[in-house]
Amino acid sequence: MGVQLRVDPVACTGHGACAELLPELIARDEWGYPIVAGQPVPRGLRREARRAVSSCPALALALTRVA
Amino acid sequence: MTDSLALRPPARPAGGPGAPGLPRLLPASGAVPVDLRSHLARHGPPRYPGGPGRLLAEVAAAGLTGRGGGAFPVARKLAAAAEARPPPLVIGNGAEGEPASSKDKSLLWISPHLVLDGLQLAAAAAGSAAAVLYVQRNQRLHGQLAEAIAERAAAGIDAARVELAPAPDRFLAGEESALVSRLTGKPALPAYRPVRGLPRLAPGRTALVQNVETLAHLALIARYGAAWFRLAGTETEPGSMIATLHLADGRMSVAEVPLGTGLADLLGLDPVHHSGAADPGGGIVASASGPVQAVLVGGYHGAWLPAAEAARLPLANAALRPLGAAVGAGVVAALPAGRCGLAETARVARYLALESAGQCGPCFNGLPRIAAALDHLAGPRPDRRARADLERWAGLVTERGACHHPDGSVRFIRSALRVFAAEAGLHERGRCTGTGARPFLPLPAGRPATDADWS
Repeated sequence: MGVQLRVDPVACTGHGACAELLPELIARDEWGYPIVAGQPVPRGLRREARRAVSSCPALALALTRVA
Repeated sequence: MTDSLALRPPARPAGGPGAPGLPRLLPASGAVPVDLRSHLARHGPPRYPGGPGRLLAEVAAAGLTGRGGGAFPVARKLAAAAEARPPPLVIGNGAEGEPASSKDKSLLWISPHLVLDGLQLAAAAAGSAAAVLYVQRNQRLHGQLAEAIAERAAAGIDAARVELAPAPDRFLAGEESALVSRLTGKPALPAYRPVRGLPRLAPGRTALVQNVETLAHLALIARYGAAWFRLAGTETEPGSMIATLHLADGRMSVAEVPLGTGLADLLGLDPVHHSGAADPGGGIVASASGPVQAVLVGGYHGAWLPAAEAARLPLANAALRPLGAAVGAGVVAALPAGRCGLAETARVARYLALESAGQCGPCFNGLPRIAAALDHLAGPRPDRRARADLERWAGLVTERGACHHPDGSVRFIRSALRVFAAEAGLHERGRCTGTGARPFLPLPAGRPATDADWS
């Protein structure tokens, strides 16, 4: 069982905090909105991923379980 | 009452429901709207003696799919609704926000009681005592539907109480999560819904949403059975659907047709007579209503096909999906020769951009830029960068919205760039096939909708 990052596109307002904290998995498009890598979060990046989630001012980023 | 699927002898043999012939949903002749008396004389009461469980099995055997565009198996939604506790609110979706589609309005106008029967059957299957009919804001239609609902209440034939709710005149008003939002008193804006299953109106309160045409089919399957339903259509896509046809001479018609009908039959295309490689459309096909260069299938979230290719294809997802097109809600339009397909698509793309709910960054930012780039490409001697920009933005908006609006819009726009590639070549040399031609594809009249128009 792995975990994956998911953006709520309605809640997201493009602050970009997530991309700064986790550039390995999150890029920003030309309007500032996050482009999240589709693959499961590697074990070594889970702490950073959790930090990115808790840093989102819009509460738009979540870690969800994937089978 | 007899517990059977026995066919009632149809009151009108020609085209009646006892015969495989169509139409089934729209009467071939007689007074419209069909009032309750003549409706009951033709079809009998909307009861299903076997009970909701048997109705579910019958719908599954019939293979009925949603007619609002998604083609989702109805039996699966009904099964989920039957299991939900408390019972879901059942909603008939007649928002029909697609400007090129008129089939739901026509059905509600002509055969309201078939839709209301289906709404009752769906409510019974879900165990719900309440239902809502969500219909585009139109005073006359709402007035007539209110009368039909009152007529049924007076006759005491309905178990579930039915309420009418107006849908705003927006492209996305009928999107399931937007509809749910509207019915909870909020604007009809799509919502982010990562979990599959029935949408939620409130904590613990789900909704079963079915397109109004789907409900009308349900009403007939309950009475005449799955085998009868399958007399029309194909093995994998059974039954009929109401299509909105836009012919090359500008006429529009609404017709109930079996799924799998050739697009050539629908549009009067003559696949034998088409002309040469010299024309920019890559092949103009003759039709009963004039020469046709391309066919739009599935409306403004659908796809363009070259006319010569469309003339060989059926109205069926099995054939259309591999080509990036889909039946959708049954909008089929024949673009006549002498029109610029890029300019037509650019007009609609601008409308689609303005119909973005503006909630998701990529859609809000991307669609207007894509529309502007397409408009530029539809002009003379476009900057070469416009095409690359458009492709990049199209990639950036795809699969990044809460709803399917960016994906559907991009599918439509990309299909235009494929099908009207020769036209794009003309524009690079400063020419255009359709200079000065009147717009062909229908769009709402008047000013663009605003933020205030969502409720």
